[in-house]
Amino acid sequence: MTGKIIHMSEQPEKRESLPKVLLVDDEVGYATILCKRLSKRNFQVTATFSGSEGIQALRKEDFDVAVVDLKMEDMDGIELLKIFKKMVPSMAVIMLTGHGSDRAAKEGIELGAFDYLSKPCELDELVAKIKLACGEGRRD
Amino acid sequence: MNSSFHHDDGYYRYLTRNMIVSILLVSVAPLIVIAAAILYYFEISYREIALDHLKSMVREHARTVDAFLDERVANIRVLAESHSFEEFSDEQFLTNKLTKLRDSYVKSFVDLGVVNAAGIQVAYAGPFKLRRADYSDAEWFKQAIERHYYISDVFHGLRGLPHFIVAVRQVSSDGEVWILRATVDFERFNSLVQDIRMGKTGVAFILNKKGEFQTTPRRAVVSSTHVYMDFLRSEWVVPDKVTVVEEPDTSGDVCLHVMTSLKGGDWILAFRQNAKDAYAVIHSTRALAALIFVFGVMGIVLMAVVLSRKMVRRISEADLQKEMMNEQVIEAGKLASVGELAAGIAHEINNPVAIMVEEAGWIEDLLEDEDLKQCKSLDEFKRALTQINTQGKRCKQITQKLLSFARKTEPVAQNIQLNDLVEEVVALSQQRARYSNVKLISNLAPDLPTADVSPSEIQQVMLNLINNSLDALENGGGKIEVTTRLKGDRVVIDVEDDGPGIPKANLARIFDPFFTTKPVGKGTGLGLSICYGIVKKMGGEITVNSAVGVGTAFHVHIPISPLHKVEKKPAAVVPSGKIAEA
Repeated sequence: MTGKIIHMSEQPEKRESLPKVLLVDDEVGYATILCKRLSKRNFQVTATFSGSEGIQALRKEDFDVAVVDLKMEDMDGIELLKIFKKMVPSMAVIMLTGHGSDRAAKEGIELGAFDYLSKPCELDELVAKIKLACGEGRRD
Repeated sequence: MNSSFHHDDGYYRYLTRNMIVSILLVSVAPLIVIAAAILYYFEISYREIALDHLKSMVREHARTVDAFLDERVANIRVLAESHSFEEFSDEQFLTNKLTKLRDSYVKSFVDLGVVNAAGIQVAYAGPFKLRRADYSDAEWFKQAIERHYYISDVFHGLRGLPHFIVAVRQVSSDGEVWILRATVDFERFNSLVQDIRMGKTGVAFILNKKGEFQTTPRRAVVSSTHVYMDFLRSEWVVPDKVTVVEEPDTSGDVCLHVMTSLKGGDWILAFRQNAKDAYAVIHSTRALAALIFVFGVMGIVLMAVVLSRKMVRRISEADLQKEMMNEQVIEAGKLASVGELAAGIAHEINNPVAIMVEEAGWIEDLLEDEDLKQCKSLDEFKRALTQINTQGKRCKQITQKLLSFARKTEPVAQNIQLNDLVEEVVALSQQRARYSNVKLISNLAPDLPTADVSPSEIQQVMLNLINNSLDALENGGGKIEVTTRLKGDRVVIDVEDDGPGIPKANLARIFDPFFTTKPVGKGTGLGLSICYGIVKKMGGEITVNSAVGVGTAFHVHIPISPLHKVEKKPAAVVPSGKIAEA
């Protein structure tokens, strides 16, 4: 699946101070709408639609938090997590899991993921987790 | 899986027959061989022993008879040599001598006579009037005059009674030949032979060269004498040699003829016995062996039949069980594949639903920004969006249930209020209950402590139990009561129905995997065993009470959350602490 990378933030003037979120999900519709809704909640969001696009985006700039889908066509979420952790160890990674893949999610936590959420998730929950991850990242 | 474990009755009959035949063959064949061998060697050795015994008996008696005769001859010889012809011619002297002889030799002699060379008895002592009797033509006289002594065959002679004569030839000083003769008591001689007895049919007798009886046999001997005549011709002269001939007599029974020569070959002592009688022990042994054999074989046959049937019955039961299990495994496999399919669909549906819900949320976000206070339909928009959100969540729940069914989720223990769960499951089952004409009542204790359990697992257990009760009540309708209560540090959920109940025999097995009383294809026999496993894993317990015709009650005991137990403890400890402080 290919698609252009979407950069989005509600308040361009405060752009630099907003937490930077990298979204990686090959379900374009879901990633897009999530990108819009998170931007509206004061995040500077970059949505990518495959593992490789995610890596490219991370090469260009740093992010505070990455939200990664566990199941993607070109790359396994766990693989991507390992790569991300190698590239930017300080970046918090939140996993989005399909229902019932708790084991994989736990494996992710062991590999350094910040947390995981079962998909489809409540937006408020995701926002809370991202904020928590940012706070944690900044403290480091 | 095409192979069928269950076979038709013909197969089991064939199996039974094969086993019986094999057992019989293996056990009876050696028995026959051993019995036959033992019997054969026993017969041979016993026959030898029996014949040896007969032979030695006949030989002994022949010696006795010979000794008897020799003794008589010696008696007369000594007497003849001690006195002259003239002395013997005096009848008074002769009578004295006879009396002396009879006194000394137990009346073996009947009479005594002196015969001159012309065959005229010159003197006689005895019970008969035989003085001056003329023996010149008598066979014994002719024989005696040529030899030193002679013992005659048994004959009737002048007196008309069976007797035989012992004669001794003497020559007087003047060269005259004379004979001293004595008659031997026939009864006494006869008794020597008659006393030989053996079995029921053993008869002994003495024959002369012409085949005439020299003794009166104890029993009539009907058989022809050709056996003895053959013997007389062939082995006549060999002394002490005993011959045995086995030959069927006129009535067809095999007879044993034991013979030996007597009196230097003039007579034979014969002993005749029915072979059956002689070998009676062999026959009785054979009969006993046959009896033991027959009973033994009967026992073996009985055991073979009983054991084979028992084993084949076990085999057929095992086959049946295997077949049932096979079917159940197939059924379980089918269920598993259906579950996988459902899980796949659930995963696929999850994403579009998530997008729909998020898009609705996005509209909600946007609505807040726009100045739509004047918009008449604002409330309606919001309601619709909420509805989309709610229905999306509902979809999520459905997919979750599908995934739970396929067991794709891992149970996660949560601190939950069991009453809520029970209520949910009861509500879920109401539809089916109404359809089956069953009253489903829940009776929940208020203020129950929470428990750390996986809600999906408890749901599964409750659904299983309620469904089982519904199945039991399917035909007649009835009542199911679900009760929650606190008992110690456990919450007990009771599921009671007034159905037909479970027979005692089945009660012990209902938690066994694959045990089912439902027809094949209807139940997997896994439901209760899964429930049991789940409850055990939680540290709880599941028990059952049932009475046929009254109903069944399942009791699920679930330990309450440790939080509640901890709460109680400080309450008990605090007073002592206070005392310490004071």
